Amino acid sequence: MIDTLRLTAEGAKELLDKREISGAELFAAYRGRDDDLHAFLHRCDDPGGEGIPIAIKDVIGTKGVPTTAGSKILEHYVPVYDATVAARCKAHGLRLLGKTNTDEFAMGSSTENSAYGPSHNPWDPTRVPGGSGGGSAAAVSGGLAPWALGSDTGGSIKQPSALCGNVGLRPTYGTVSRFGVVAFASSLDQVGPVAKNVRDCAYLYSIIAGRDENDLTTVAAPAVEVPAGDSLKGVRIGVPKEMNDAEGIEPGVTAAVRAAIELAESLGAEVGECSLPHSVEYGVACYYLIAPSEASSNLARYDGARYGLRIDGDDFREMVMRTRDAGFGDEPKRRIMIGTYALSSGYYEAYYGTAQKVRTVIKREHEAVFENFDLIVSPTSPTVAFELGSKVDDPIAMYLNDLLTIPSCMAGLPGLNIPCGLSEGLPVGLQLIGPQFSENTLFKTGHALEQAIGFDVVPARLR
Amino acid sequence: MARITKDEVLHVARLARLELSDEEVGRLQEQLSDILEAVSKVSELDLSDVPPTAHPLEIENAWAEDVPHECLPLDEVFANAPDREDDYFKVPPA
Repeated sequence: MIDTLRLTAEGAKELLDKREISGAELFAAYRGRDDDLHAFLHRCDDPGGEGIPIAIKDVIGTKGVPTTAGSKILEHYVPVYDATVAARCKAHGLRLLGKTNTDEFAMGSSTENSAYGPSHNPWDPTRVPGGSGGGSAAAVSGGLAPWALGSDTGGSIKQPSALCGNVGLRPTYGTVSRFGVVAFASSLDQVGPVAKNVRDCAYLYSIIAGRDENDLTTVAAPAVEVPAGDSLKGVRIGVPKEMNDAEGIEPGVTAAVRAAIELAESLGAEVGECSLPHSVEYGVACYYLIAPSEASSNLARYDGARYGLRIDGDDFREMVMRTRDAGFGDEPKRRIMIGTYALSSGYYEAYYGTAQKVRTVIKREHEAVFENFDLIVSPTSPTVAFELGSKVDDPIAMYLNDLLTIPSCMAGLPGLNIPCGLSEGLPVGLQLIGPQFSENTLFKTGHALEQAIGFDVVPARLR
Repeated sequence: MARITKDEVLHVARLARLELSDEEVGRLQEQLSDILEAVSKVSELDLSDVPPTAHPLEIENAWAEDVPHECLPLDEVFANAPDREDDYFKVPPA
């Protein structure tokens, strides 16, 4: 009997290597489980082989397997090539379990913007799994996949990992290829791993990271060290007060994060307070100008001409406008409109231009903090998983879910979420952020803390 | 800050090639006004000496070798096309 709720990818590999289970049995254990969480938009048959199964977020192109990005405009789209990250997984023998649900074009924090309906949180199905990568997070903590790929523009890997109680990495900008990934905001988009523990997360990152000649924004990443130790001696951890005392952080979240910081100190870390005076205060405003502006440009390609939905019209312009009206849901339309407005003649400098300068301020503030600290910590999400439907009518309230994940994304920094406890019976996520290319420091610290915290990743109601 | 007018919503929708229903225009007028008011916060800071950041990494232009390489076969290129005539994507007249 394979316990898919508890088995790690590393554990699965051991069972396969010792021939205690076959590849077919392993795949069937995940594939045969009922997806009552709506984690998947599409599930695949076993392609054969002995590799570890994996789930992939539906914004990542997979050859011959439908890729919708959670949108009706790509409902019948079947890629004719693999995204580089999908190809790298295949080259390592990983077998695709299916494509996971996402807010439409990865725009959202709950999966409620998916054109195909929301996913549910494995800890409490009446609550959201976070977003946009809620499908990947729900699949991993719900026992439907040992690990998964997500994508993160302003928090779409870290925030769902926090809400579902798993480990998620948003890598340093440029370390993972976006070739073949549906573009949202290109100066921010990153692909990254979601897993049950830090070692699996590091291993999956090592598979997907590295320069890709098909994505010229990629750079070579330092060799990944899968973490093993339990000491944090000499690690300097900064606690930015604005990210830990921000308005809206639930008391239960603060308590769990404080307890984790005390544990880090007991493991030998040097903990000190620091400050990011403008990053939290201006981060969300900066993000909600830059991301929609870039999205309005990226989503211009959905014109009904070459692929995707087409609604006929009497002339080309009418066809394009009808196609886009019918194909895009409310959130992409809202962001296209904000972005088009912010980039339009007469407004460009006041909005997009100003936001790019604020981005410099945020980047410099982080650089200054990292002169004195190896990494900084905060809650990943101000709240635990919220009720489905509770924020759908208030876009600005929904945008504030990403208050603490956005600043480091603006600066291109890597961020790791690890579960650090429960509040109201729901997982709380600890966010670890380091300088660019510091993934190994995050893995080492995350692993040592994970051992000390001893969080049970299996949702209480499923034990 | 001034609210967005209905005409501005329609103008931006035309720029973005979105045919919006009357109901959508009304809703977006409210929501865009609220969101733009919230994001205008970026103008509070003194940014006179701050350069813009377009890309988070300090990397120079990266160039691909200018050499021909294999392309997708045409049948794959057109596999997702809504309409095709010979080796062209077919669209309504401009």
